[in-house]
Amino acid sequence: MPSRLVAGVRGVGHRVIDSIWRLGYASRFFALILLKSGTSFRRIGLVVRELYFTGVLSLIIIIVSGLFVGMVLGLQGYETLQRFGAESAVGTMVALSLVRELGPVVAALLFASRAGSAITAEIGLMKATDQLAAMEMMAVDPIARVVAPRFWAGVISMPLLAALFSVVGVFGGYLVAVVLIGVDDGSFWSQMQSAVDYRYDIVNGVIKTCVFGGAVTAIAVFEGYDASPTAEGVSGATTRTVVTSALVILGLDFVLTSVMFRGMG
Amino acid sequence: MQRTTMDLWVGVFVMAGIGALLVLAFKIGNLGTYSTGESYVLTGSFENIGGLKVRAPVKSAGVVVGRITDIQLDTGTYDATVTMSIDQRYRFPKDTFASILTSGLLGEQYVGLAAGGDDTILEDGDRIMKTNSAMVLEEMIGRFLFDKASENKTSDE
Repeated sequence: MPSRLVAGVRGVGHRVIDSIWRLGYASRFFALILLKSGTSFRRIGLVVRELYFTGVLSLIIIIVSGLFVGMVLGLQGYETLQRFGAESAVGTMVALSLVRELGPVVAALLFASRAGSAITAEIGLMKATDQLAAMEMMAVDPIARVVAPRFWAGVISMPLLAALFSVVGVFGGYLVAVVLIGVDDGSFWSQMQSAVDYRYDIVNGVIKTCVFGGAVTAIAVFEGYDASPTAEGVSGATTRTVVTSALVILGLDFVLTSVMFRGMG
Repeated sequence: MQRTTMDLWVGVFVMAGIGALLVLAFKIGNLGTYSTGESYVLTGSFENIGGLKVRAPVKSAGVVVGRITDIQLDTGTYDATVTMSIDQRYRFPKDTFASILTSGLLGEQYVGLAAGGDDTILEDGDRIMKTNSAMVLEEMIGRFLFDKASENKTSDE
């Protein structure tokens, strides 16, 4: 029996050490990306190519989801607010929830599953087919040539996608609340504008999206680079990217929200 | 894919994104109504500010003329010192009355300025001398009940 107990304790220790080692490895990898991102800016074409794959191809899912999230917010908000006779505040509710929370978080979750998984699979497959090793043989640094452009493309496209998500969402809310239900057009916009503060709500929302974009793409490129070079390894890495990104986004969101909006009205 | 088409799409994407940020700032947010730099600062001491918050509006005759920028407790008098930045266009006389009001029954609280008739006007950094505290519902109910009780006592005698 005691030997089993010892084995169990050893198993726990092994996992803890393993995960700490992996975290350290990931941090070193992240530092390496930042260190070697000079190439991405000297050869901006590399980043533009990745912007196409991460940004432009994510547009459809972001816009359609934004529209529907906004429309649902408009419906539900109206449903609740009209009980208090405050249905003209539906614009405020839709805009504030989109700009502060739903825009950054939902766009980042969609971005992780649409673009993050693709990045992981691509880099993982490059590794599995020895393309990364071949680059090193040719004295081309795969981190500077492959990883860093993808990272910066993610950091750039995420705030733009989230802003589009929020704007389309507000338009969706407008469509439902004003066009369909008949809330007053003027009070919808004016109450929204008086309640949404540029500095506190919008700038903080954009800061959130930049952080999320960096976190999601950093996780995606790391998982791809770290994947075992087999079919199974790549599929496992892709799954880990989506799961870890989702957890990290929600965790970071809580931390950022409590720092940004604590005590704000 | 052709390099030029890719460039075109990325250009469209980036411009649409920046456009969305501008819409957020001007159409959804209040950057359009922000007047930066062209404002002056007034302060006022209130006995009780109720639920007044930083960046609540300052209104005169219902028109928004500025915003609350800071609220501090003055430990000398134990009054609240409220700092507000007022749009440069609007000038108020020295005997302006500042009171904390509530918009609607459940609405947000704001500072209302009622201009007096003095010839000298308030300058940057001046203090509004005449202030009126926020109405705190609990205190009002308490006072009402106290009055009621003492009324009953006097009628008993």
